[in-house]
Amino acid sequence: MTDTATPPASTADADIAAAKRRERYMSLAAPLGAFLFSVVASAIVLVISGSNPFEALSDMMGHASKLETQVSMLNRATPLYISGVAAAIGFKMNLFNIGVEGQYRMAAIFAAYVGGAVALPAPLHIALILLVAMTVGAGWAGLAGVMYTHRGVNEVIGTIMLNGIALGIIAWLVRRWQAGGDIAVVGIGTEPIDDSGILPNLTWLPEMIRDLKGARELTGVLILAIIVGIAYHVLLNRTVFGYNLRASGGNPLAARAGGVPPRRMALTAMFMSGGIAGLVGISEIMAKGRYNPNFVGGLGFNGIGIALLGRNHPAGIAVGALLWAFLDASSDILQTSGAAPKEIIDIMRGVILLTVVIGYEVVRRIQVKEEAARAAARLAEASE
Amino acid sequence: MNPLDKLPTPVRWMALTAAGITVLAVVQWITDTDKLTDAATSGAMLRWAVPIMLAGLGGLFAERAGVVNIGLEGMMILGMWFGAWGTINYGPWAGLLIGIIGGALGALVHALATVTFGVDHIISGVAILIAAPAVTRFLSLEIFDGYDGGSITQSPGLDSAGKFTFPILAGGSLFGWDSPDFLGWLVDKDWPLIGEIADVAHGITTSVSIFTIIAYSMVPLSAWVLWRTRFGLRLRIAGEHPQAGESQGINIYAYKYAGVILSGALAGFGGAFIATPELGGIYQEGSTNNQGFIGLAALIIGNWRPAGVMAGALLFAYPRALGFKDLDGDSSHALLLISGAALYVISVLSYRKQKFTDMILAAVIGSASLIWFFNSEIVDKWFISILPFIIVLLVLTFFSQRLRMPAADGQTYRKGET
Repeated sequence: MTDTATPPASTADADIAAAKRRERYMSLAAPLGAFLFSVVASAIVLVISGSNPFEALSDMMGHASKLETQVSMLNRATPLYISGVAAAIGFKMNLFNIGVEGQYRMAAIFAAYVGGAVALPAPLHIALILLVAMTVGAGWAGLAGVMYTHRGVNEVIGTIMLNGIALGIIAWLVRRWQAGGDIAVVGIGTEPIDDSGILPNLTWLPEMIRDLKGARELTGVLILAIIVGIAYHVLLNRTVFGYNLRASGGNPLAARAGGVPPRRMALTAMFMSGGIAGLVGISEIMAKGRYNPNFVGGLGFNGIGIALLGRNHPAGIAVGALLWAFLDASSDILQTSGAAPKEIIDIMRGVILLTVVIGYEVVRRIQVKEEAARAAARLAEASE
Repeated sequence: MNPLDKLPTPVRWMALTAAGITVLAVVQWITDTDKLTDAATSGAMLRWAVPIMLAGLGGLFAERAGVVNIGLEGMMILGMWFGAWGTINYGPWAGLLIGIIGGALGALVHALATVTFGVDHIISGVAILIAAPAVTRFLSLEIFDGYDGGSITQSPGLDSAGKFTFPILAGGSLFGWDSPDFLGWLVDKDWPLIGEIADVAHGITTSVSIFTIIAYSMVPLSAWVLWRTRFGLRLRIAGEHPQAGESQGINIYAYKYAGVILSGALAGFGGAFIATPELGGIYQEGSTNNQGFIGLAALIIGNWRPAGVMAGALLFAYPRALGFKDLDGDSSHALLLISGAALYVISVLSYRKQKFTDMILAAVIGSASLIWFFNSEIVDKWFISILPFIIVLLVLTFFSQRLRMPAADGQTYRKGET
């Protein structure tokens, strides 16, 4: 490694700037490469199964260029984004909150139940629903947090077990809290929430361009997702807490020596992650006005995937959520157009995720190596 | 020191089992129910424990080699699909083998990501959890959808590989000779306690599927491979101190690969077993039902040992088996009494060890359990379904000092780096 030519001292700064630029390109290369790889891999699967991949791709692109599709993509991306941020807060602290899945569903059923049980003026009603959701989410995650900090129960195991417990409890609550209280009838869901508890939609926004076909609406929770994203960014980069969080996650020993209490940081991060996770189910509640037995699942695990895809960066997570939403929308069109089985989309998602994490790791290794080579060169230069 | 620890291992296990059945018999007598020690319950427990145990043993091989595998559930799904496909096309035995291969293929991806590329184990596991159901759904659409009686979510019905009743113990035939049914005779005598023990034993020796017997033989086999062979020693070095192994010239990567692939093979076996007539009888989407995660739980409370994994799996399968036989829920209700009593015992033990927080915590949870017991007649199915997860959290909360996982478990290993 030391046989690389030593650069003259005057170009050292330019050298660092160039290296930084390269670093940025390379970290973009991983997700783009993964996406291309998954497109190629899916195309091969499609050819083997007897479909035409070009036809499928053109259907997907044509569908995505419609305003209606873009609105539904935003609707789908909203909860995914919030879920991604929830997972990312944990990741920043080196905590794996695998339990977003259980946290958001637990939060959703409590929020829907409370929302359906009270009558309040609009802003208060909405605030109450959000507050209940965040509190329950934070509490459920906090349980795993306390077990981690006070009993040394690994947070991955703790949250996995709490997921299982949450699903069992919800299966019971959804019958117990059924509208009308009649347990014999199944599948209705909780008492519907009054209009005062429903966030107003943003349908006027796309309708500034043109009227939407069908009864399509743009969810008002989008605003909430944007607020969550901005708050996450500010918290992480502009507050002492965010600095401590990143420090503890990056190097716990050094952070501890610097006076950051690791236990309290882990607990706070877990509570916050759970609080945000509690908001994941809100857009579904707002759309349906209740929690019903076929409430959307899987947002938690996909949120983890999206956080990984976006490298825990608020904008990166947004890109990941939109990509996931695009794939969801594509799955719809493939089903109606019949160009390819829609299940290919799920495979694409899996392939993207696996290749992207491998890609990031490979890029990281190359960067570490280059950094070492640069440092060695600098050292050799200084000793001359 | 626990006086039980001084006994030889097999004797200790037998003593614990007998004690467990005694508790059940006493509780059964107190609460006046009849299904806690019923042969049908123990037979169902034996069957329902198989996928959990195999997933747990799978986790054991991976984690002993230092790789955490939370993708077990995904590998079970692959095993279940491939097992069903193989059974339909080539019969139950080939089906089992194909299911094992299916699970191993999923594990190969995990090994590639974690060992070769050094990706974090949890991240890779999550990716597999997302990808595996997608793959089987696609395959179902392509293949099962075209079969008579199949659809995108399920396969047609599957054949069984056959059953076996133990001769002499439970009256199975031996080379055409109808042997006596010794345990059945004991059950009929209905002596206190002995009758109950015989009933439980009768259930686990009567018409057991051959796959079940193979599955249980994996427990001593795993123990032998991991603790009595050179391969096992090296695999465990990879999980305890890979750098030390490296300095001995052991190819750590190869052993980690072996551990992870065996892990997927065992999980695949577990998945294929779910599709056999012993449990489901068909491939059906979602019927792995978190058993991969429960297997992970069995691995932890089993303290990363094969016999412990089996004990954990049986413990977790018991309430479930009881729930199937006990439709009115009054026998399951008695479990609340048992858990309440167990927590009081923990509370007393904690007091003697001067751990007062533990003492109060156990007493509070135990009291809650007892209050629930005395204020209800039956218990809902949902409680049975979450009981395994609760047990794990309680065990981890109160006994985590007694558990010891492999020292380098979950850490990324790179050759030549320390």
